[in-house]
Amino acid sequence: MNWTLALPEIVLALCGLAILVFGVVQKKGQPFLACSMLTIGAFVLTAFLVVMSPDGTGYNHIFINDSFARFMKLLSLAGGALATMLTVGYARDLKVERFEFPVLLLFSTLGTMMMASSGNLMTLFIGLELSSLAIYILCAFARDDVRGAEAGLKYFVLGSLASGLLLYGSALVYGFAGTMEYGAIQTALSATSAVPMGLMIGIVFMLAGLTFKLSAVPFHMWTPDVYQGAPTPVTAFMAGAPKIAAFALLLRVMAGPFGHVAPQWQILVEAIAIVSMLFGSLAAIPQTDIKRLMAYSSIGHMGYALMGLSAGTEEGMRGTLVYLTTYLLMNVGAFAVIIAMRRKGRAVTGIADLAGLGRTDPGLATAMAIFMFSMAGAPPLAGFFGKLMVFYAAINAHLFGLAAVGVVSSVIGAYYYVRIIKVMFFDEAAAPLDRRPLSLSFVSVGMGVATAGFLIVLGPVSTAAQAAAQALFR
Amino acid sequence: MTGGLGSIGIGPYLTVSAILLVLGVFGIFLNRKNVIIILMSIELILLSANLNFVAFSSALGDLSGQVFTLFVLTIAAAESAIGLAIVTVYFRNRGSIEVEDITMMKG
Repeated sequence: MNWTLALPEIVLALCGLAILVFGVVQKKGQPFLACSMLTIGAFVLTAFLVVMSPDGTGYNHIFINDSFARFMKLLSLAGGALATMLTVGYARDLKVERFEFPVLLLFSTLGTMMMASSGNLMTLFIGLELSSLAIYILCAFARDDVRGAEAGLKYFVLGSLASGLLLYGSALVYGFAGTMEYGAIQTALSATSAVPMGLMIGIVFMLAGLTFKLSAVPFHMWTPDVYQGAPTPVTAFMAGAPKIAAFALLLRVMAGPFGHVAPQWQILVEAIAIVSMLFGSLAAIPQTDIKRLMAYSSIGHMGYALMGLSAGTEEGMRGTLVYLTTYLLMNVGAFAVIIAMRRKGRAVTGIADLAGLGRTDPGLATAMAIFMFSMAGAPPLAGFFGKLMVFYAAINAHLFGLAAVGVVSSVIGAYYYVRIIKVMFFDEAAAPLDRRPLSLSFVSVGMGVATAGFLIVLGPVSTAAQAAAQALFR
Repeated sequence: MTGGLGSIGIGPYLTVSAILLVLGVFGIFLNRKNVIIILMSIELILLSANLNFVAFSSALGDLSGQVFTLFVLTIAAAESAIGLAIVTVYFRNRGSIEVEDITMMKG
């Protein structure tokens, strides 16, 4: 048995436990900052180990490591590390300055890594729960904040329901396929021409549970409330790593074990993609709170990313992977700007609070403009290439209706992204924002440069995504 | 019938678990009173899946379903602990855990 396959996960778990012990034994002061730095260090170390880790399956086929898993793990780790960095500056004001915070982020990221490597319905569920349980706590982490508590409660109830449905679906799949290993399910499904009804019901239940974690329509109801109520760094994290991991599961399960029944689920995924894109762009228009706006925007983005999956081809999966990479970059950047929105020591989240930012703080406004244009899909920014690839895959798979809806909804979506730019540069200037800590400037500049110059790294990223997509279909 | 289910067969087990699932889902959506009832409903859903796993495992003569059940029980315990903690935090802030009061954010 090749136990070194899971070395990155083992190291990250041990680091998490060690940081927890370190935080507890610190007698004086708050070890929050030290623990955050250690957590970022652990993420970097793990990312290095992930790059070095060999291909293969281990632990009786329950754990798979291939280029797809590595790609997804690196994205999750980047999401986790950036979210930790975003927390450092305003932790005290956000009432999250306790050392458990970075450790919970770490364990949630560990769960997302397990999801990316799952080779069996059991690792799928345990990875998903590890990441979700940590996020339930993180949402309600600011204990004196009513909105945070409400966000935590809502996310907990609906998230547990989704996990329950996913589990029920896994039970049906296990029963009707006779096994819970991905490889064996694939063999069992390709052997029979008639797919048992129970198995189809199981697949639909699993799809429902996973689309909930993605916040795709019709399982999106929790997203705006939870995004608005949770502490902003937690929102930034939730919009990144867990969604990427849910996509990792969705792509692996749908392309691998359920690949033979693709015609049965493709239409369902296509419908979810269409309604998500339309709903995401239409419902965002009347919003006045920027965190709610980001929630609707993320619903729309998940629709575009699902477009690649509904094509069901290697090219489509590659498009989805590139889309998720660009989504992570611009999303983290936009949240860095949102966290920097503070006036007289209080966080402000209204879109109107951005008024005149172009004059009072040109650097921050330029960064936000880059993220908004990129989310709208303007070339040559990152978001354009992600959209291009999924649209291209959809057209090559003859899903013309889907591609047309995608184009229409991205035009509608451009309205509210451009509106933010208009508010920042052409509206009467409001009072200037507070000075921001170095960490936020660092993240927003870094993401801004990455988003604007994505063309330079497009080659390597799409090569890596290509290799990852190939690994799925092997 | 092979496996350990005896003469009953797997049908009744699946029926009972489907009924439990439906009860759980309706308990979440139709309940307008108390969050604790929602916690119980979530537990019911997880248990219905567990029942399925054990029944299938017995019918297939494959132990992995029962191993999964043990993991699910552990996770369910952690989940209820976290759920109760969040409900406590919420109660301290609002002084109520009526479902109808959980409406600060809308839109």
